[in-house]
Amino acid sequence: MYPSMLRTTGDWFADFEQLQDRLDELFGGRSATSSIRAVGRAGAFPALNVGTSSDALEIYALAPGIDPKSIEVSVEKGVLALAGERAALPIRQGEDRNVYANERFSGRFRRVVALPEDADPARVEANYRNGVLKIVVPKHEASKPRQIQVSSAA
Amino acid sequence: MATQGNNAVQKSDGTAPSRTTPALLPPVDIVEDGAGITLFADLPGVGREDLAIGVDGRSLTIEAPLKLGEAGSLQSVYAEVRANHFRRSFELSADLDTSRIDAGLKDGVLTLRIPKLEQAKPRRIDVRVE
Repeated sequence: MYPSMLRTTGDWFADFEQLQDRLDELFGGRSATSSIRAVGRAGAFPALNVGTSSDALEIYALAPGIDPKSIEVSVEKGVLALAGERAALPIRQGEDRNVYANERFSGRFRRVVALPEDADPARVEANYRNGVLKIVVPKHEASKPRQIQVSSAA
Repeated sequence: MATQGNNAVQKSDGTAPSRTTPALLPPVDIVEDGAGITLFADLPGVGREDLAIGVDGRSLTIEAPLKLGEAGSLQSVYAEVRANHFRRSFELSADLDTSRIDAGLKDGVLTLRIPKLEQAKPRRIDVRVE
């Protein structure tokens, strides 16, 4: 791998950095056995998993510790965006406090997902539970798989 | 939200989810103050009933399955998180009182408060004036 070529600054290359992080994770850049050391932040925040079923696209954003009211979910021109902010540790480093690890993400975040053609952006639903934001984008009725009855002429 | 020590903190024997996939290491913040340490861990998708916090001697282990929706009906098209459980261990200093750990879980963030042993707390010694 050529880390120096992939490590670039600037938002345009954030995807490449994320790819780099994925590769690090896959090829043992961070292994589960080194659990005492601090771990780097893996990829972008929040991490996204996307799944489809026959009637909807489901997006899971792993965004723990956020006030659900402060999460903005929007759909524009077939692109779903979720944005928000996670507060920093509510503790300032003082004379009697030591911060030993500060791995958790803080600050503003924004992630986008391009929706497939058959998604129906008018009926997007989002709910937040146990730190996971679940966004359900139903598919258009017309694009759902269906069975066509064959009628027989008697 | 905080549950008292004994039901949330238990020995982690027998609560291990499948170990075939590598565990996801939850990112943590750890802050020490005069009275103890506070550990914050990101555990999205973990309910209180699934979380296992084990203390064995001086080692503290956090373990929980990661559940995202009904796996059966969904076909994954994109996944940044592939592991199906969280697991991370910490070595605790001998100054900490592992019998009085307080754990709270809210919106996927675990907050663990581990007090220092009485004799390890910073004290102020009054000087008598004679």
